[in-house]
Amino acid sequence: MTLAPQTPRRTGSSSGPARTGPARRARRGEGTAGWLFTLPVIVILGLFLLVPVLMALWVSFSDWTGRGSPLAPGVGFVGLDNYAEITSGGGLPERDFGLAMRNNAWYVLLVVPLQTGLSLFLAVLVNRAVLRGRGFFRTAFYFPSVTSSVAITVLWMFLFSSSGAVNQVLSWVGLSGPNWFNDPRGIVHVALSSIGVDSGPAALTGSDALGVTWWDWLSGPSVAMSAFILMAVFTTSGTFMLLFIAALQNIGPEIDEAGLMDGASAWQRFWRLTLPQLRPTLFTVLTLGLIGCWQVFDQIYTGTQGAPGKTTLTPAYLSYEAAFRDQRWGQGAAISFILFAVIVAFTLFQRWALRERDGERRFRKTANGGAP
Amino acid sequence: MTAIAKPAGPQRRRTRPLAQACLYAVLGALALVYIFPFLVQVATSFKPDAEAAANTVALIPQTFTFAAYDRLFAHSDFPLWFANSAVVTVAATLGRVFFASLAGYALARLRFRGRSLVFALIVAVMAVPSVVLLIPKFLVLNQLGLYDSYAGMIVPLLVDAAGVFIMKNFFESIPVSIEEQARIDGAGPFRTYWSVVLPMARPALVTIVILSFQGSWNELSHFIVATQSPELTTLTKGVASLSSGQLSQGTQYPVKLAAAAIMTIPVAILFFVFQKHIVNKSEGAVKG
Repeated sequence: MTLAPQTPRRTGSSSGPARTGPARRARRGEGTAGWLFTLPVIVILGLFLLVPVLMALWVSFSDWTGRGSPLAPGVGFVGLDNYAEITSGGGLPERDFGLAMRNNAWYVLLVVPLQTGLSLFLAVLVNRAVLRGRGFFRTAFYFPSVTSSVAITVLWMFLFSSSGAVNQVLSWVGLSGPNWFNDPRGIVHVALSSIGVDSGPAALTGSDALGVTWWDWLSGPSVAMSAFILMAVFTTSGTFMLLFIAALQNIGPEIDEAGLMDGASAWQRFWRLTLPQLRPTLFTVLTLGLIGCWQVFDQIYTGTQGAPGKTTLTPAYLSYEAAFRDQRWGQGAAISFILFAVIVAFTLFQRWALRERDGERRFRKTANGGAP
Repeated sequence: MTAIAKPAGPQRRRTRPLAQACLYAVLGALALVYIFPFLVQVATSFKPDAEAAANTVALIPQTFTFAAYDRLFAHSDFPLWFANSAVVTVAATLGRVFFASLAGYALARLRFRGRSLVFALIVAVMAVPSVVLLIPKFLVLNQLGLYDSYAGMIVPLLVDAAGVFIMKNFFESIPVSIEEQARIDGAGPFRTYWSVVLPMARPALVTIVILSFQGSWNELSHFIVATQSPELTTLTKGVASLSSGQLSQGTQYPVKLAAAAIMTIPVAILFFVFQKHIVNKSEGAVKG
């Protein structure tokens, strides 16, 4: 592996203008090969991703009822009717969509911070330099992530059944747990009723959005949904922990040691020195978490099918149910596109909220180093 | 405690025994929370129905029985589900390894018109959430006459954009000189890819194998919209139907939990075999 003779060859390969005949012919061969090599990917992705999305977009604007092809001449264009029906129709579809959005919004609101916080916490603990048995703990925390959502849901239904392991463990410390997956009460409502508030003020119960009163929007996730929230935190924290561990290992100990010399406490060093360096990973984890959380489907399909009292209904499951069970294909497709828009909007918002404040940083640099 | 009383230099503060003990206590408690559910699962699968419902925490069954496993393997479609999952997973994994590395190589190394456009489209496709594709996939499979067939189950899983992305990044990270030697020796692009580049790409190929095996084995929604006949039921779909109450009577937790435990075994084996690699992979993903 002598480096010197290879250097001129490498310079030659970077596309210079002076090329000899054979080399140009080789490049033409490359063109064909390039397209041939990428063809399977292009065809399959095109056929099962791009075309389907376009077709579903058409269905969301049509009155197709599931019989025959949606491209058949009898299928009519109905404009935004399907979208209007689920966002302002005043009927059951609108209310179901409102409930699904309510349930999933609470799910996101709780799962994303909890899984990010817990995975970061686990990563910091496991990453302690002096720790023995690091491999064991890493394995233990990561293992739930490799199992399928179906298998975990089956297990969860058992653990959280009325006389299940969770309630038995709770009874050891004198608590009587709820009948988790059959309890439709929102946890905020439960907390309020424990201090004597059983119904909301007229301002909240009198008006509504998407067919769900504001009082019901603020109910919190139902007890059943809370069990799913715990499950999501349990199954995803391991994956995100690995991402944080990798990032922590890439941070050199120098800055931390400098902080130590300056007398900063462990707490200060973590918040002021370590966390800012984890910003890119934090962004990745929050984005992946957010995208994943808006797509809850497997768990609902396997576990509760939206019950109890439609409090575990999610837009993804509602979209499936509307299309495949109720044959309201246009509405089902419309729900999935609204969901798509929600995911894109959240991702963009997050990117904006967590952006590197480049201007400030550059300014500070110039102010410090640029002065003559 | 004596260590704390000593004058605390930077080095000494890091190894306080009390802090260490706390660290291990917290980690141990957390590990117990993470492992305990799986222990309960395995234990329950060996209990009779009545005991499983009555005593849900005990890790040692009072009456030890294989009834749940006997029922799954001898008196249900479970073996068929397992076989279907295995066929689909193996086919999808082989396809992804081949197509992803082929396309990744082309996008990293071969110069052709439209290359950056193709890459941009693949990245864009990665951003489409899979749940949005439930209805669309069914529409296209139906239109193509692939609905309710092995082809309809396998072909859409043969390619995934993330795999192409990983392979492209990998090929860009290895030096180009060896391939150039092969090309000067007169090897065409496919030969160079097949006999020179692919053997060097083992670490990245292992990543693709892990991701696609786990992804296909655990896939549920695609099979829900792609099939309906019982002969094509996969493990995920079958176990989900067990869970949502297609068993005749009672809760029958041992059978459900045994089924869930068995479907976890293949991915668990994969995980333990490639454990080192999985940990390094996530590191590489962040660096890249």
